[in-house]
Parts: sequence; C-alpha cells; structure tokens
Amino acid sequence: MAEDLHLKDHYTEQRLFRHRMLVACAGVVALLGVLVARFYYLQVVNFEDYRTQSDENRIQMRPVPPTRGLIYDRNGTMLADNRPSYNLSLVMERISDLDSTLELIGRLVQLDESDVQKFRKRLQRRRPFQPIPLRFHLSEQEIARISVNEFRLPGVSVEAELVRYYPMTRLFAHSVGYVGRISERELNDFSEEDVRRYRGTQSIGKTGLERSYEDVLLGEVGYENVETNARGRVLRVLERHDPRPGSELTLHLDARLQQVASDALGENRGAVVAIDVKNGGVLAFVSKPSFDPNMFVTGISFKDYRALSDSLDVPLFNRALQGQYPPGSTLKPMMGLGALAAGVIDRETEVKDPGFYRLPNDRRLYRDWKRWGHGKTVDFVQAMAESCDVYFYDTAHRWDINGMHEIATRFGLGTRTGIDLPIERPGLFPSRAWKRGARGMPWFPGDSLNAVLGQGYVLATPLQLAVMTATIANRGTHYKPQVVMAVDGIEQPPEVLHHVEASEDNWDLVFEGMEAVVYDEKGTGKKAGAGLDFRVAGKSGTAQVVGIAQGEQYDSEALKERHRDHALFIAFAPVDDPQIAVAVLVENGESGGGVAAPVARELFADWVSRPLEETVQMISAEREGGFSG
Amino acid sequence: MASRDFMHRLPDSHSSLSRPVSLSRRWHIDVPLLTLLVLLCGVGLGVLYSASGGELHYVRRQAIFMGIAFGGMFVAAQIPPDMYRRWSPWLYVAGCCMLVAVLFVGVGAKGAQRWLEIGGFRFQPSEALKLAVPMSVAAFLHKRTLPPSLVSIVGALAIAALPAALIVQQPDLGTSILIAASGLFALYLAGLSWRMMGGALLALAVAAWPIWQWGLRDYQRQRILTLFDPDADRLGAGWNIFQSKAAIGSGGIYGKGYMQGTQSQLDFLPESHTDFIIAVLSEEWGMRGALLLLLLYVLIIARGIYISFMAQHVFGRLLAGSITLTFFVYVFVNIGMVTGLLPVVGVPLPLVSYGGTSVITLMAGFGILMAIGTERRRVSF
Repeated sequence: MAEDLHLKDHYTEQRLFRHRMLVACAGVVALLGVLVARFYYLQVVNFEDYRTQSDENRIQMRPVPPTRGLIYDRNGTMLADNRPSYNLSLVMERISDLDSTLELIGRLVQLDESDVQKFRKRLQRRRPFQPIPLRFHLSEQEIARISVNEFRLPGVSVEAELVRYYPMTRLFAHSVGYVGRISERELNDFSEEDVRRYRGTQSIGKTGLERSYEDVLLGEVGYENVETNARGRVLRVLERHDPRPGSELTLHLDARLQQVASDALGENRGAVVAIDVKNGGVLAFVSKPSFDPNMFVTGISFKDYRALSDSLDVPLFNRALQGQYPPGSTLKPMMGLGALAAGVIDRETEVKDPGFYRLPNDRRLYRDWKRWGHGKTVDFVQAMAESCDVYFYDTAHRWDINGMHEIATRFGLGTRTGIDLPIERPGLFPSRAWKRGARGMPWFPGDSLNAVLGQGYVLATPLQLAVMTATIANRGTHYKPQVVMAVDGIEQPPEVLHHVEASEDNWDLVFEGMEAVVYDEKGTGKKAGAGLDFRVAGKSGTAQVVGIAQGEQYDSEALKERHRDHALFIAFAPVDDPQIAVAVLVENGESGGGVAAPVARELFADWVSRPLEETVQMISAEREGGFSG
Repeated sequence: MASRDFMHRLPDSHSSLSRPVSLSRRWHIDVPLLTLLVLLCGVGLGVLYSASGGELHYVRRQAIFMGIAFGGMFVAAQIPPDMYRRWSPWLYVAGCCMLVAVLFVGVGAKGAQRWLEIGGFRFQPSEALKLAVPMSVAAFLHKRTLPPSLVSIVGALAIAALPAALIVQQPDLGTSILIAASGLFALYLAGLSWRMMGGALLALAVAAWPIWQWGLRDYQRQRILTLFDPDADRLGAGWNIFQSKAAIGSGGIYGKGYMQGTQSQLDFLPESHTDFIIAVLSEEWGMRGALLLLLLYVLIIARGIYISFMAQHVFGRLLAGSITLTFFVYVFVNIGMVTGLLPVVGVPLPLVSYGGTSVITLMAGFGILMAIGTERRRVSF
C-alpha cells in the first residue's frame, strides 16, 4: 500500500529524528548517571551510617503509644482504668509452620477455638513483622510455661500492653461506653494525620464518652529508637521522645447515685437520668438492662455478641439516649406553664370533667384516664395532682399548636439536647409544618389534644425529659446537659441554651401543682416523697405501647408483658431550693406513680440527704471495696 | 511483496536475529525485547515475593496479571502499525470521552475519582490515554512536513493537553504530567525547534511561583517540601522517604541477602510491594542488585531506541521513540522518588511494582513497539 509521502523529504526527516533521538539518549545517559550516583551516595558513601543502624544492631524507630486518659466520677471513683495485659503474640515472618506452633502453644496455655478464629481474622490485615496477638490476659503460670519453652517457639513472644478496664463493669456501660480494636473500616477512614496519631495504638473509642472524647483521651504518640539484635529482640533504648498521655476526664456522674438508680430499677427494663439543676451536669445515667463493656475491649466473641444482639431485652440499646417514648402526662407541668404564660388559663380556670371531652362539631369522645371523671370543678392544681386529662384537653382546645410547639422546643423537646454522648436521638414534637411535610396532612384539632398529653406523634428520650424537668426546677434556665465536668482538671463551663420567660406567679403555680402530685390526698405520685424530710415536686405519666414488631417469636406470657403501658415519672427536689431533677422510665411498668415514682424517691433520698462528711467517707470506702455492677 | 532483495540491503531489525526467524516474522515478536521483558518480570516477581513477606498471595495475583499482559502484548504485536495510525483518532476520542465520564460518574477512594465502573468491572481510563496520546500525536505529525510548522505544533500540543487537563481534575497530577510528557516526546522527536523548547522552559520557570502559590493542593506542596527536609516530620509526611533511604543505604554494595532485609523495609517501609519496591531490592541485593536492575531497564530502553531508529514510517518512529522515552521517565521518576531525589508522586516501578493495570498498559505498549519493529519492509519511496 502506497502512502502519499512523496512530497515529504524522507531522508531529512529520518536524519532529523536520529539526531533528536541521539540527543535524547545523551539525556537518558545523564539521568541514569544521576541515579547511579545516588545509589553510590546512599549505599557506598553513607553506607557506614546506615550499617550501624542495621546489620548486627539494628536501630528501629518505634512508635510509643500514649496511655489513654483515665475517667473518674465526680468523687474520684475510677470508671475507666488501664491495666497491663500480657498478650501472647506471633510474628508470622519468624514462624515456619503455623499449625504445629499453634498446637504446641495449645498444650502450654489455654487456647479456645474462638481465640484461634479471631487470630486468623487478625492475620488477614496485618503489616509485615507486626506481632499479632493470639491470647490476651495470660496468667503468671502461663507466662512462665511459655518462657521455659521459648527456644521451641521462634516468633512467639509475650508482650505487655495496657488494656482498658472498666472496674464498674455494667454500671456505666451506656455512659462511659467502651473502646475496642480499631476496625478495618475505621482504618480505611483514617486521614494521614490519624494514621500518624494511631501508630502503635490498638484501640479506639467505640461508644459513649470513650467515643465522643476520643480526641482528648487518645494523647499524642511518642517514639523511641531501640537497638535490636538479629532476632529482633530489643536490647536497649537509645533515644526516646515520650508520648503525651491522654487527658483525664472527671464526670458529673456519681457512682453511688448511679448504683442507687440501677438498684431501684431492679429487674425492670428502663432508664433513669438525673441532672444537677444548677448547671446541667448529668448525675446519673442508667439504661437497663446493661452489659459488661470489658467484653468488647480486646474483641468480643461472635457467640457473646450474638447473645447480646439477639436478646429480646436489647441490652446494647441505650434507652436513656436513644429510646424515643411517648412522654404521656409528664408533659403537663410544661404545657401548663406554657398555657399560663400565654394567658390561656390562670389559677382560677375551672373545667367540668365528666370523664370525657368533646370538641365542638365532633362526635368523637376524648376520654379521661379516670372513667367517671375528676368532678364538677377541676382547677389547675387539682388537674396536676390527679392528672386530669379533660382539663388539659380543654386547655389545648383553647390554645393552639404553634404555642405548644414553641414552648416544647424551648424546653428541649424535638431537638437533640446536645449532651456530650454520641448518637443521640432527637425525639419529636409535632407542628403544623411538620405534619404537612412528613404526613402530607393538615393539622386537626384532635391532634392538639393528643399532643398536649404527650401522645399521638410526640416522642421524647428519657434524657430530654430530665432536661425538661431541670429547666422547670430552674424556673426557666435551660442548661445543656453535660456528662464531663472537667478535662485534665479544667472545669467545663455550663452552657445555657434557652431561658423560658414566665412570671414568678406562674412558676409558683406549676411548682404547687407538681407538689400536689406528691402530697395531695389524691396525688398520683405520692410514693415519690414518702418518708423524706424535704419536699418533692413531680409528675407521673403513662404511655401506651405502640407498634410491637410483627412476626417476632416469643411466648405469649412475654408478649402480654410487653403490651403493658410504659410508666414514667419526672421530679425534682427539694422544692424550696431545687438541686436534682430526675426522669424515670420503666418499660411496661404500667403505673407511673406506682412503679416509676419510687425509683425517683430513692435517688432523692440518696442525693439530697447526703451530708458532706458521708460523701468523703463513701469515697474512701469505695476505694477499698468497690461496687458491684 | 516484491522487495526481497531490497530488504537485504537495508539494516533490518530482525535480519540480525539468526535463530527464530519464524517467531519474529510470523508472530511479530521481537525476541531480544521479549527476553528482556521476561527477565524483568521474573525479577519483579522475585522481589515482590520478598516484599510481601514471603506470602504467595500478591505474587500469584501479579503472575496472573503478567500472563494477561503478555497475552495483550502478543495481540498488540499482531496489529500492523498502519492500523494503529488510522485508529488512533477514534481511540483518542473514546479515551477523552471516558475521562469526561470519570469526572461525573467515576468512582474512587481517598478524595480522587479515577475509575469507571461498568457491569462490576473497574478500570482506569487514564491508563488507555498513556498509549492513545503518543499514538495520536505521532499520527497527527505523520503526514505533515517535518520539522513541524507552527500550526502542527499547536495541534500536537492541543492533542496532548486535553487529556492531561482532564486527568488533573481527578486529581492525578503525576499521571497527567506523564501523559503530557509522552505527547511532548513525540513532538520533540519530530523536530520541535530548540528555540521554542528553550522559550517554553523559560516560561515555565517564570510560571513556577504562581503555580506553587495557587495551582497545587496542600498535600502536593507538602510532598515537595518533604523532599527538601525529610527529617522535619519523621512520623508524618517524611516517614516514607526517611524509611526508604535507610533501607537502600543499609543495603550497601552487596546487600543483606534475599528475604533478609529486616531493618527498615518491612514494618516501617510503607508501600513496600508497590511504589517503594526498589527499596526492598536495594536493601536485600545492595548496589549490585540495583545496578543490575538498572542495566535491565537500560537494555530494554536501548532495544526500544533501536526499534525506533529502524522504523519505516514517521508514525512508527515517533510512537516507538515516545513509548521508549516515557518508559524511561517512569523508571527515573520512581527511582528518583524512592531514593529521595524527587517528590513522592505515586508512580510505580514498571513491571516490578505490584499492580495489574500498569503492567497491562506497559506490555501493550511493548506489543506496539514489536509491531513497529517487525513490520515488513515496503517500498514506499
């Protein structure tokens, strides 16, 4: 095939090309010369420098992981500690036959099938020459047996590592949380800076404070130059840049109050949150049932995890932070205050309660919880004391949803509280706009009646209810709840999110109503104040259980139990100078006043009547004995 | 084919090969080049085995990739250069379309979008451009009078610049520069005037400061700064270079022995089986091994240059020359980077670093080289 190249000067072009190629060759040769010179410089001229770092005594720069910051409760009780753990580790590069090595180790130390399984999983994402742990927490005898047989076990070593330990076990699992081994996914998400910071560190905060304060708890990695012999054993440390340990956290939480709250709940499922009225500090934070966070630290076995995650009681679920429940009548004090402040009702407002309420032009009956009603004339205080639903139906009818939504938002419902714990749920307080957007429906007058009683669309977490109660106790100052009191001894200042404006008279009236709940003859929450030498104000609540998952398998007895109403109680004390606000939720507890109120009482009895000296004694006793979860 | 006696008078790439004439004639295989490539791949697998800590996983995968790549090379060698020339515009247009697609529907990791995914199969369009760009520039210049006129120069530059600009957006500065360079090599070999090159260099020097200030991303600036002071941040950005230099230097002249490079390379040398693999070789085999590897590369490059010298047409000449010079640039940039002469840009060591795509593209390039080298002589003038 003939190309149309006749007009081109073929020979000149070829000569031009060859000339150019020769020049390029000269360039290639020159650059090759640079590379050769570079190798010569590194491997011959500076060889002595590098040889001292390798051959006989290799110098390695090793990252020194920082010790993780400790966590204490407000009295200095240890909640998260670091304990040395002797781990049996294998360096794959030095092991010729893994199976026979494992078999030999199995004869020296206790080795389960699950240990080996987890070890093989870790093997899949190791770096060369990295020691891979096979067993954690060796006993002294096991260490001795390994070291006697060391010569038969090349590549096997016992290494000390600081491992997180939670001395209170299940008591703080839902607040302090736990650390775990850095997962593959977390490793992939690391930035270059994270890779540097976590060099040598094995674990990372997974839940609770361990996760939200990961940055300050971690500390700063150090490094050291160590001399090792040909077999990789460290002979001495030449140079060391110390790591900076992680910051120490002191919490608002009180270990004893936490224990009291946990005990008071007994075998029930539920949550208790107690808040320091003066600054929003979280004094107790309980979600039951709980679990032992220590199981997660070095990696939980598949079987144990299945047991936890498949349990019908969902112990891993943080009810206080993530459980969204209809708050029921516990909203009445807040709603009452809002209606008083808006001028919808006043102290004298009276409502007739025949046991039901009917909207104009609506045939539907909105029932009171009490079948035959609370009588001919129910006023505000009585409506609170006896939890009269009809009074509040009437209030809601004369008020409007915008006002209700606004007051609920001021008290923190429907939005995340901003607590320093991860993965908080926001709950829900409906508004016209929300219903139109989410449900595509207009707002009906009946919706307002449901909302005022904390039912229908309304959902709140126990934490939100505690914040709401503290805000009432404070006469309107809405603090952001905080678990951490101080980082490395530096106090974290309280943060005011809102201030709810209302006249002193209105606050007094709400207080009076909540006191009547506890002290009125017909009060629904009398158990909250029984036998206490200071005054308590509270409000009971009951919430219907909605939506049991279909098709789940459990026996009818359990099913029946799980259909019962949730019991709620909110309270604060003492009335004349409020210190502590409490929200209690007992799942399927049926009666707020009967089941939840006594729990609140136990917290008040412990906290308010605790003299200063007793606190000091308690700390020293704790140091010796410790608590059991 | 009435030119049998004509061929005897011309220096011929395959007439010097006495033995398997049929291999080169019938199957268009350049035996010296094939021998060198097989040797290099063998060395690569050996070093990879050591770099991956004596595990066969990577070696096995890489061997499979190499098998595929040699198959690709064989196929590429069967296609006559003329066909490459006529197809190159289509290849180029298709490649650029895919690059545009990457920007919109591409997938990727760590802040860069480089892959296209079609039916569960992932590939990197910029790899195809590594061949399409020099091919298109060579094809473009093929019919024009050389040295190129101003119009030809502008055209050739435009052909190289478009994909380079698209790849910068991914962002992948290293690949973009290398692809632009492959086009520029073809233009240079075609006879771009020295004065113009000097002017361009001068302009580049003037533009260096604004580029540094506004054109580079933070991590790119960091890598260049690290080059000048690697000890500044040993645990951070300087880690790679600090460890690779230590590994190479401690290897000395004779090395520590195969699989014995325990000091810096393994736990501490990152990317030891990919971009930094020559540090493993240099530590274990010493300067001896490093120079032998360099020699292998030099021989391959020499063979490539020889093929370009003997090529029949402007197209073949320019393409073969460009492929060969670009290959050298890969070698130089990688080794320069690992030995701390150049910034860390993420260029693998050809045929030695672990990674399937790069092996396949490189071998396809050598296949084209063989096609050019074994083209039967035709009377065309």
